Amino acid sequence: MASRKSQPNRDNGDKYSILLPTYNERENLPLIVWLLVKYFGESGYNYEIIVIDDGSPDGTLEVAEQLQKIYGEDKILLRPRAKKLGLGTAYIHGMKHATGNFIIIMDADLSHHPKFIPEFIEKQKEGNYDLVSGTRYQGNGGVYGWDLRRKLISRGANFLTQVLLRPGASDLTGSFRLYKKKVLESLMERCVSKGYVFQMEMIVRARQLNYTIGEVPISFVDRVYGESKLGGNEIVSFVKGLLTLFATT
Amino acid sequence: MTSVTRTSQLRGANAELSGLAAPGRVALSATPPASAMTKLLQWLLGVSLLGAVWALVTFDLLGLSLPRTYREVAWPMPVYLLVSFGCYSLATVGYRVAIFNDCDEAAKELQEQIKEAKEDLRKKGLKM
Ligand SMILES: Nc1nc2c(ncn2[C@@H]2O[C@H](COP(=O)(O)OP(=O)(O)OP(=O)(O)O)[C@@H](O)[C@H]2O)c(=O)[nH]1
Ligand SMILES: [Mg+2]
Repeated sequence: MASRKSQPNRDNGDKYSILLPTYNERENLPLIVWLLVKYFGESGYNYEIIVIDDGSPDGTLEVAEQLQKIYGEDKILLRPRAKKLGLGTAYIHGMKHATGNFIIIMDADLSHHPKFIPEFIEKQKEGNYDLVSGTRYQGNGGVYGWDLRRKLISRGANFLTQVLLRPGASDLTGSFRLYKKKVLESLMERCVSKGYVFQMEMIVRARQLNYTIGEVPISFVDRVYGESKLGGNEIVSFVKGLLTLFATT
Repeated sequence: MTSVTRTSQLRGANAELSGLAAPGRVALSATPPASAMTKLLQWLLGVSLLGAVWALVTFDLLGLSLPRTYREVAWPMPVYLLVSFGCYSLATVGYRVAIFNDCDEAAKELQEQIKEAKEDLRKKGLKM
């Protein structure tokens, strides 16, 4: 069991459901879960981890089952699906089973470090924000393992997006965020894009709906294990998505 | 653990900035504030307004018989604007690339935690 130290027991009714979509994350999943348990244990917030595995051929689900035995069925919930149906629907699927009033979305590949979650939560409380977004582009935020080319593309794409959409948040394509559950539900209903653009649309729609957005600088460390699933035509589909949002929102 | 973190608050400040689609704050539960205009339309409106003013001055469409210098200044204005916007963009992106943080510390910390986690998980009986 996670060591329960003499930490403040913040029993104020708030509960945080972490959605972890996984596809071939056998090596990363135990590590991310361990880190989540560690930081939630230390900060004392009430939480649950929902693993949405899309039939990973590498046996991610078996690992998840072992983790469930170790950490308990109240902490680790498994909501697998038979085949790879994409990230967007994975979030919707996971959200349906979430019992928390807040939802945290993050990648399971260790590029998003759980140590920032307590900061997200504090930020949320500070301004009663509807959503808190991690940002690589401000303050102490940053990246690890990116070469100049990737930095240039990232900054360029971000600049273009800021100019065209004026979205009111600095990191649009990041997917490390905390939402009020109701807010996430209403956003999910409206968002239709895929891939990176999906994250962007979430923020843009949030602004449209006058939801308030807080930001917390995060460090983004490129995945150590496993393969990147987003292929070469990334940029093309990004630009397409950007223009679509430009014309429709 | 982490050093002091600067956080920022962004409360749709841009809506006011644009002045075009500032529907005011609407109750959260309400349906979308029928956001009057898409960003595309906002841009088109902005550009055509500017273009109209430019044409009025440059070609003296209203017959105001403006001083010649006005026209001479106005005529190449679109090119100046474009070029300066281009320069601004390049400078901004370049600067931001240059100051993009490399989180070496974070990567190191993660590596150590991975080791620790693996050991602990093995003790807890996880078979990888
Ligand atoms: N359930 C589910 N999870 C997915 C699917 N595609 C990706 N994921 C997970 O979503 C998260 C983000 O996907 P990544 O492949 O890391 O995408 P990325 O971060 O844009 O790209 P890289 O980190 O460079 O690989 C990871 O935890 C993946 O395991 C999917 O179709 N279904
Ligand atoms: Mg990733």
